[in-house]
Amino acid sequence: MSEYLLLRHRDIPNIAQLAVYRQHGGFEAFRRAVTTMTPDAVTEVVKASGLRGRGGAGFPTGQKWAFMDKNNWPHYVVANADESEPGTFKDREIMEYNPYQFLEGVMIAAYAVQAHVAYIYLRGEFWQIARRLDECIAELHAAGLLGEHLFGSDYALRLYTHLGAGAYICGEETAMLESIEGKLGQPRLRPPFPPFFGLFGKPTVVNNVETLTNVPLILARGAEWYRSFGTEKSRGVKIFSLSGCVNRPGNYELPLGTTFRELIVGRGLGVPFGHKIKAIMPAGASSSLIVANDEALDTPMDYESVPRLGAQLGSASVIVIDDSVNMRWLLSKTLRFFKHESCGKCTPCREGTYWMSHIAERLVAARATAADVELLGNVARQIKNKCLCALGEFSIEAVISALERFPQDFSG
Amino acid sequence: MLAEKYPDEVAAILAKYPPDHKRSAVMPLLYLAQRQEGYVTKAAMQEIADICGIQVTEVASVVGFYSLYYDRPAGKYRLQVCTDLPCALRGADEFLAQLCQNLGIQLGETTPDGLITIEAVTCLAGCDKAPLFQVQSADGLTYHENQNLASALATIEALRRGEQQP
Repeated sequence: MSEYLLLRHRDIPNIAQLAVYRQHGGFEAFRRAVTTMTPDAVTEVVKASGLRGRGGAGFPTGQKWAFMDKNNWPHYVVANADESEPGTFKDREIMEYNPYQFLEGVMIAAYAVQAHVAYIYLRGEFWQIARRLDECIAELHAAGLLGEHLFGSDYALRLYTHLGAGAYICGEETAMLESIEGKLGQPRLRPPFPPFFGLFGKPTVVNNVETLTNVPLILARGAEWYRSFGTEKSRGVKIFSLSGCVNRPGNYELPLGTTFRELIVGRGLGVPFGHKIKAIMPAGASSSLIVANDEALDTPMDYESVPRLGAQLGSASVIVIDDSVNMRWLLSKTLRFFKHESCGKCTPCREGTYWMSHIAERLVAARATAADVELLGNVARQIKNKCLCALGEFSIEAVISALERFPQDFSG
Repeated sequence: MLAEKYPDEVAAILAKYPPDHKRSAVMPLLYLAQRQEGYVTKAAMQEIADICGIQVTEVASVVGFYSLYYDRPAGKYRLQVCTDLPCALRGADEFLAQLCQNLGIQLGETTPDGLITIEAVTCLAGCDKAPLFQVQSADGLTYHENQNLASALATIEALRRGEQQP
């Protein structure tokens, strides 16, 4: 990559300062949108760019904005900064080092759907980042970029941060809305979807931090320019969070469609201590386990290609597993996580993650029988398609794929 | 009482949300309450319920649901180590065991001087800088990344001396 589009602080020192961000064209796209474009025209540009949600679901961003019910007001925008998937740490880097580009993305989204208030929902652990964003927001008010009558127009906008308090489930958009409303973070039955019934019962757009951070440059340089990155159906760049058994873990901003091999070996410099790569989890703990053979390593990381390996791209949190790792132990780790994070609303997920976690502990302690292995798969299959949100589904991806693709780890 | 001790903060929190949705203030108010004692007292829950116009049991259920709120005291600092998969692949479990052994306490326990409570937590979004922990106190929350036993003990020593968290 010649130039970073999202992790721009790696090219431009001090871009976290408002003056520096503005020297590099910051808030010009927002000003141009408010002063020269209709809200629908802004949405059309984002639609044409092919940008898809970077939080995991990959839903087309512009389409989401276009869904907003125009017969029900006010509208809200909520930025999803709850980043809690094990293996994901990209939004944090954006907010810490390039906060204004993210905030400008929130502001453009708000204008596009004519919201006058936007909330940024941060996981509670991002307490310091929230304080910093509050300072940024105060500076934007002082600079006349937030508040009433922006650029002499009738458009007014305010941004507020809202801190979660340690609940993975709040990354699910309807649980997040419940949480902002001061309730338990438990998902809602859908439909209706947030663009019709969202925050405080009003039409709401919920977008991930990375998604929104793409928006200012798309508006500044045009949809055609953005479409020149990535693949036919997966346009643009993506931040891949690389972790696990790899020499150089970290965030890598690369075009969608980059191969696993390029990320893990080319950038991450491969697996340490002379071990061999055994498996890849491309979407964090929620991921199916991919057998890391040559075919997998040469697969492009985009929304279409990863499913051909029986997995999803998700939030592109690539966890590398080497041949020293036993899948029994791995499942005990992911299942402990999901057991802890299940919100308790749907019985199959609440009870299922509990039982799967206990079975996995038995497997690790070598107190398990062959019947326990069968029971583990059985419980997993009973969770499938029976819950309001994806958490229950996510909890079984690693279980079912490990049993199917790494049977040797469960025999004897 | 929150309203007397932090009147500006309470007003600023309420101003974030529509006037007819005061319940939204419950989470930020709980953080404010925790700033006093390190946990949320029964009296604070009642006051928050009154401010938000909800029942105290609804406030208590929020405290119970979210893992960063506490309804009972612990050490002055909660040292919370992530042991999820990516961190565990980089030695987080061994790091945590060493730390507990060195402090002479079990997971979830508090050092005899009441300074440090050791806890294992789920992913903190710092997987590339594992092992890592966060320190939660009445004053907020700080991250400590790329840790080993020596650096963690140095942090604890600094906390013990009452120095600013490094």
